[in-house]
Amino acid sequence: MKSIAELKAIREQMQSRINMRKEDEEGIRVVVGMATCGIAAGARPVLATFVDEIGRRNLQDVTVSQTGCIGVCRLEPIVEIYEPGKEKVTYVKMNPEKAARVVSEHLVNHRVVEEYTIGAAE
Amino acid sequence: MKELSLHLLDIVQNSISAGASRIEIGITDSQQRDLVEISVKDNGCGMSEEFVQRVTDPFTTTRTTRKVGLGIPLFKLAAETAGGEFKITSEVGKGTLVYASFQHSNIDRPPLGDLRGTLITLIQGSPDINIIYTYTTDRGQFVLDTEEVREVMAGVPINEPEVLNWIGEFIQENEAELSAE
Ligand SMILES: Nc1ncnc2c1ncn2[C@@H]1O[C@H](COP(=O)(O)OP(=O)(O)O)[C@@H](O)[C@H]1O
Ligand code: FES
Ligand SMILES: [Mg+2]
Repeated sequence: MKSIAELKAIREQMQSRINMRKEDEEGIRVVVGMATCGIAAGARPVLATFVDEIGRRNLQDVTVSQTGCIGVCRLEPIVEIYEPGKEKVTYVKMNPEKAARVVSEHLVNHRVVEEYTIGAAE
Repeated sequence: MKELSLHLLDIVQNSISAGASRIEIGITDSQQRDLVEISVKDNGCGMSEEFVQRVTDPFTTTRTTRKVGLGIPLFKLAAETAGGEFKITSEVGKGTLVYASFQHSNIDRPPLGDLRGTLITLIQGSPDINIIYTYTTDRGQFVLDTEEVREVMAGVPINEPEVLNWIGEFIQENEAELSAE
């Protein structure tokens, strides 16, 4: 059974690492639409995939957040990526497999996965 | 929605939008009582009685001064289709309680589904909200209070991947322990 002691050990490991982070540096933001239609269309596992993959690869300058309605129900789940100095990229009809590919290609290698973008879907 | 846990996620998002700092989530999963219950109690901005009417039955009320959402009507429909009840009690400035019940054995009842996924999603998005999650079955009860996790983490955000992982496993182990074979 998991115990609080284990959680304490996790904190000890993390504290030093967190303190070392450069707070002022602006990183990449991943925003997942989590309103009713997004949830119904599968936004929850998409978000989970981003969180897991970003954690696993230890991408320190990427943050994942959630938002309400992005406004295009039939294209949900929708994910927006904001990179400093670049235009926003909107990915549509996402699923966990696509999310994993966006992490490896876009977040790690900075190459937009054009075929998943709203431009390709319209 | 395919799972009740997805309705739960949607309903708690309302509490978060309502500015809640404390959200109590209760799940009952009882075969003996032929009952599944989901309740969400928050200390958000609340709603007037008239407004509750309007968001609960957007198609039967005449006033349509604003675009109405679908989350609450869908949840109500799910409960009523599966032999259960749906209730909202709310007070402006105090908070809101949303309650839905389902007949456990009803063939139209969606499965509870991935409750852990829903909790992790909520904590990831709102690490500073106090979420108290209570899961009750015929075999006992399990409570997760995110305030306790925050205390141990002493300033380290509880939505860091390692912490979310721990919370997820903690929920899963306890749920497995409490669910009937
Ligand atoms: N817990 C709550 N506290 C305060 N207001 C709420 C709460 N839940 C719902 N509401 C109000 O009811 C409306 C309808 O909710 P919902 O059916 O989920 O649709 P949506 O969230 O898409 O608007 C919300 O926009 C909000 O104004
Ligand atoms: S209402 Fe469908 S994306 Fe917002
Ligand atoms: Mg809603």
